[in-house]
Amino acid sequence: MSSRENILSAIRGVSIAPKSLPEIPDFRLSGELVETFTQSILGNKGEVLTKVEFDNWLPNAKFSKIISLSSHFQNESTISLPEDPHELEDLGLAILDGQFGVAENGAIWLEDSNLGLRALPFITEHLVIVLNRKNLVETMHQGYNLIGNAESGFGLFIAGPSKTADIEQSLVIGAHGAKSLRVVLV
Amino acid sequence: MSHPENATEFLKDQAKAKWHDETLWFVRDKRDRISKTIPEWEQLREIASQIKDNVLANLGSYLEDFERNAQKNGIKVHWAANGEEHNQLVLDILQKQNCTAIVKSKSILTEECHLNPFLEKHGVEVVDTDLGERIVQFLNQPPSHIVLPAIHLKKGEISDLFHEKLHTEKGNEDPSYLTNAARIHLREKFLKAKVAITGVNFGIAETGEFVVCTNEGNADMGVHLADVHIACMGIEKILPRRKDLGVFLRLLARSATGQPVTNYNSHFRSPSPGKEMHIILVDNGRTAQLAREKFKNSLKCIRCGACMNTCPIYRRSGGFSYGSTVPGPIGSILSPGLDMKKHSTLPFASTLCGSCSDVCPVKINIHEQLYEWRQEITKTHGEFGKGLSMKLANGIFKSPLAYKISGNLMRSALKALPDSLIYHPLNTWGKNRNLPETPKESFQQWYQKNRS
Repeated sequence: MSSRENILSAIRGVSIAPKSLPEIPDFRLSGELVETFTQSILGNKGEVLTKVEFDNWLPNAKFSKIISLSSHFQNESTISLPEDPHELEDLGLAILDGQFGVAENGAIWLEDSNLGLRALPFITEHLVIVLNRKNLVETMHQGYNLIGNAESGFGLFIAGPSKTADIEQSLVIGAHGAKSLRVVLV
Repeated sequence: MSHPENATEFLKDQAKAKWHDETLWFVRDKRDRISKTIPEWEQLREIASQIKDNVLANLGSYLEDFERNAQKNGIKVHWAANGEEHNQLVLDILQKQNCTAIVKSKSILTEECHLNPFLEKHGVEVVDTDLGERIVQFLNQPPSHIVLPAIHLKKGEISDLFHEKLHTEKGNEDPSYLTNAARIHLREKFLKAKVAITGVNFGIAETGEFVVCTNEGNADMGVHLADVHIACMGIEKILPRRKDLGVFLRLLARSATGQPVTNYNSHFRSPSPGKEMHIILVDNGRTAQLAREKFKNSLKCIRCGACMNTCPIYRRSGGFSYGSTVPGPIGSILSPGLDMKKHSTLPFASTLCGSCSDVCPVKINIHEQLYEWRQEITKTHGEFGKGLSMKLANGIFKSPLAYKISGNLMRSALKALPDSLIYHPLNTWGKNRNLPETPKESFQQWYQKNRS
């Protein structure tokens, strides 16, 4: 017998009383959505900007290589998306659209269609995610309701910049992935 | 070596042991504070526990659903009965790719299977990419904590290590400086690796997708740059529905480190065009544990590490004292199922205070299982040193007269007896314990004087 058959038959050999799957209540959140979301992003060591603040920041940051896949910022790219993600090694800034944000923890959902290349939000030195303030939900439960049965090959919640506390529990931002996350609420 | 012997070793550096204790308590405190901000926290734990109960009762059919759906999405599914088979499956995939260098993100399962030494023996360079794991890998050590792999090390030690391995400035202990050195070093590895290995936090039966959570982004840096992604998953990591993730992602990071969610939570459903995605479903003792009625609930564990951070024994003895891949309270109920003789002292490395069960996000009755393992181990391996004194005590408690006489005797004798007798090597109760001041009178004498 293959290991597959062995494992499955070992499991079937154990009799466990049936246990029903609980329904998950639609837990909500009190408080104002934009404010709660903003506080969550700040807690995760990201920043939240208005479009005006972003427009002021971008030229001063002086990135030489920028890729924007955002529908709100179509003219910001200085290079085009390569086929091989290895060529993104020295990318300074990626600007992506997020689908929705979760106020309780700042998590923002993106799928293949938002990413161009899956490596993009990780390999870029700095990351900007553009989010429509109408697309904020309260908790992760509403988040998964929105994702529903979507069939994207890859999807992820990004909640902040890359971080670590593996050296004496001292928080350091910029472990392997993006060294900063700016969320532009439009 | 037994847990007490290893713990003695850890406690020799008292300042470091104190730091370890306080640092983990700080993490536990963060967990407490954030859990209190969620009014439905206890309800979430209960729901998570019920979902996991349902998983254990239907594990076979969920695994088949998972396999079918994953295959439909273009993921290659493999099954491994044990660590050896898992390691061989990984090696076969690497050899087919002519791959001799891989990057790996945090996976307790691959530690459990001893994948690194196996691959290295076959000429494959393995680079652990989680910062804490890279640090312990440089030292040829296993992680001492499942979420905080290098929590047993001070920054001075890491500075010396990086000076030697990564040529950082001697004596520069700044965590930002050291982390940046690791970033540069590991980026080079990420860019070169053709195959990346990750663990799995959750596998979803109804969609065939799997979820990997990190704060560093190292799992994603590895897999999205590589041609082949191998994910290694214990068979108990299955969840029935995608929406169950809403419950578990709310609990996981809050329980682990007191943060509201990990910064990257990646849902892998199918490979990018032209790339390969494999998942290896590993048993390695899990079906045997499922068959143990008293201990099967240990398989509900989501590896958050909260039981370690809260445990007064773990905090004061360090992860290495357990000598098992998963240390702490949860490790002490999982490991005896894998090798009861080797891990026979672990269920005794507990005060049975129950704090582990109180913080567990899936409500595993950890301290009760520790107690149950003690019964199993005592039955199998005979009684330990405390057996004789327990028998003696049994005789004394049975007879009221003997109890009265021995009480009087002990109250005077303990004051007079030389320490050499009380703290004699044969008296295991005397080890690392101080006797309290003995009262002048018994409770009975006090009661007669004051209340009768």
